[in-house]
Amino acid sequence: MNNKKSFVEAIFHGTFFACGILSIGFVVGITVYLIISGIPAIAEIGPVEFLLGQVWNPGKGQFGVLPFILTSVYGTLGALVVGLPLGLFTAMFLSKYAGKKSGRIIRSAVELLAGIPSVVYGLVGMIVLVPAVQGAFNLSSGATLLAAIVVLTIMILPYIVNVSSTALDAVPKEYEEGSLALGATNTETYFKVSLHAARSGVATAIIQGVGRALGEAMAIIMVAGNVANMPALFESVRFLTTAIVSEMSYASYGSLHREALFSVGLVLFVFIVLVNVVLNIIARRKEQ
Amino acid sequence: MNVFEIENLNLWYDSHHALHDVCINIPANQVTALIGPSGCGKSTFLKTLNRMQDLVEGVRIEGRVLFDGADIYAPKVDVTQLRKNVGMVFQKANPFPMSIYDNVAYGPRVHGMCGKAELDALVEESLRGAALWDEVKDRLKKSALGLSGGQQQRLCIARALAVKPQVLLLDESTSALDPISTGQIEELVGQLKQDYTVIMVTHNMQQAVRVSDYAAFFLLGDLVEFAPTQQLFNGPTDQRTADYVSGRFG
Repeated sequence: MNNKKSFVEAIFHGTFFACGILSIGFVVGITVYLIISGIPAIAEIGPVEFLLGQVWNPGKGQFGVLPFILTSVYGTLGALVVGLPLGLFTAMFLSKYAGKKSGRIIRSAVELLAGIPSVVYGLVGMIVLVPAVQGAFNLSSGATLLAAIVVLTIMILPYIVNVSSTALDAVPKEYEEGSLALGATNTETYFKVSLHAARSGVATAIIQGVGRALGEAMAIIMVAGNVANMPALFESVRFLTTAIVSEMSYASYGSLHREALFSVGLVLFVFIVLVNVVLNIIARRKEQ
Repeated sequence: MNVFEIENLNLWYDSHHALHDVCINIPANQVTALIGPSGCGKSTFLKTLNRMQDLVEGVRIEGRVLFDGADIYAPKVDVTQLRKNVGMVFQKANPFPMSIYDNVAYGPRVHGMCGKAELDALVEESLRGAALWDEVKDRLKKSALGLSGGQQQRLCIARALAVKPQVLLLDESTSALDPISTGQIEELVGQLKQDYTVIMVTHNMQQAVRVSDYAAFFLLGDLVEFAPTQQLFNGPTDQRTADYVSGRFG
């Protein structure tokens, strides 16, 4: 009997262990594959020429991805600069100021925002935002980095709002009472004590937002113009993600062009990993 | 000299009438203990004195609470100023998740103090005032959450002292502490009355006898008796007080 029990236990244990290993396996597999498929092109082009080259023109054998890298960095930073305060303030309102009814309405709106497929963001951006940008700034085309930043901002907003309002909700009431009892106002209390106590949640919100913005392709390909320019607010630009999506279909099999796109994928992957590691370290250090 | 003069204070939580016509004058620079069985309204009463009751949903207050002669429930009263003058230490120690230094400096900073030398001096003075300085002076930059329960509660007292209040409200502030920490805080309260008025809620009648100069006995939302502590415990005028302090109920 006892033997049978421990046998069943062992089977369950093994199953759970295997499931755990599986996700590690995926990460390792993707990493290894990206490195193997991304390195050859970088080696052939030359890492400096590849990473710092300013011209991407596969037809002429020019494979500089700096425009994509900078576009992705600027686009993500831009979305974060606007989206983080906007999202934090929304979360602050939801968690501390909103009445039951207004809170419920905003919360469900935010949840809906998170559920909208990215291609729909792209469509609306293309139809509404791009002409608006074109008209407002008197440009020949409104498909610009600015339009992409606006779309990305709206897309990361629900992540930032959800994660940080959950963190703010979890701040013990005792902290806030302690602050109010010292004669701090509500706003002082929420920003100096509650936000401080919720900072690891806010860091998670930033990681999620950055991850989403860096990785997004479908929505921004439709509003950013998709030209491999060095980034500027009113230029048409191409991101790391959109470069892969838009060119993979016509890069012929086995060509350097195709391999270089794998290398772009590797660069994107390295960026995401770096952002995660750096922000996690910061969050953990502040925690102590 | 009375620091609080309270006339016909009534308080309702929605339809529950929690305080009935409380009238009491609380003397300055004395320790006043509020005693009574659980649910008698003593904590409720305490929280009307710095308007922490405002945070409770559905609360309604009538009557007059005069602090230094001014009604704190009058319109246009600056609640933050009131709470600066009437500090509070809670039942459960609630230091902020920050360094010891930042905890004490929080109040002064909120009220506009920013000079480093000034803050340093005030932090030291407040920690000394709460009899905590010697234990923490070498780790002011460490998290306050690493302190023991008794130290955390004294830190909360230091934090309250740092905004220079006139009155300190203690809401069962030793009920979660071990006897040694409780003794330290009782001793501290004895010293604090030189500079502050202390009003404390306590479940512990021995503590009230040991620490307080005046005692108020609450029962079912009524203030039954208010007298010098020795008199209230040794020769109460009301039978209900006599029953309670002699341990017949509660």
